[in-house]
Amino acid sequence: MAKAPAAKARPAPPLTAMSVFAPAVGWLIPGAGHLIQKRWIRGLLLMASVTIMFVLGILMEGKVYSPNVGDILDMLGFVGDVGAGGLYIVIRALDIGRGAINLATADYGTKYIIVAGLLNVISAVDAYHIAIGKKP
Amino acid sequence: MTLSHFSAALVFAAFSSVVFGITQRNTPREMFRYGLKCFAFFLAGTLAGGWLMWLLRH
Repeated sequence: MAKAPAAKARPAPPLTAMSVFAPAVGWLIPGAGHLIQKRWIRGLLLMASVTIMFVLGILMEGKVYSPNVGDILDMLGFVGDVGAGGLYIVIRALDIGRGAINLATADYGTKYIIVAGLLNVISAVDAYHIAIGKKP
Repeated sequence: MTLSHFSAALVFAAFSSVVFGITQRNTPREMFRYGLKCFAFFLAGTLAGGWLMWLLRH
């Protein structure tokens, strides 16, 4: 049986200052990776979505995970939370987000905070794709 | 702050759909359509899950 021709390797995307800076800024400040590339509407919508979700999670008394080596779900919770970048750093600095285990909605809050972090990571990756020209 | 289960799921769906729409499609029109589609799927999933739990309980 004849072998299928090997797929041509894609050339590596050019390493520019923007391709490094945009995802880093986008992670630190939700939506900023798009804003510095003049994608104003997209940037503002992403900023609003991630920030409001994170703040709602805090207002619902959700738990903010700290670095840990305990239960696997706690470790994954931290990974999700830290995706929120600057929001996570500020909340940890203010020592907010201990979680209220007596409230049913606090569990929703915990999930809101984790998902806000994960959505922010997707936004930062999108900012990188714009920076390397893969996306308009 | 206290949200009902349904309203919490709706708010979650709305913001997640905005981010999915913007990041997973290339043109504004496609972004809008995909965002709406995601929201509809979230909503349908929530309602289906709710009814499934109701059926399991009864």
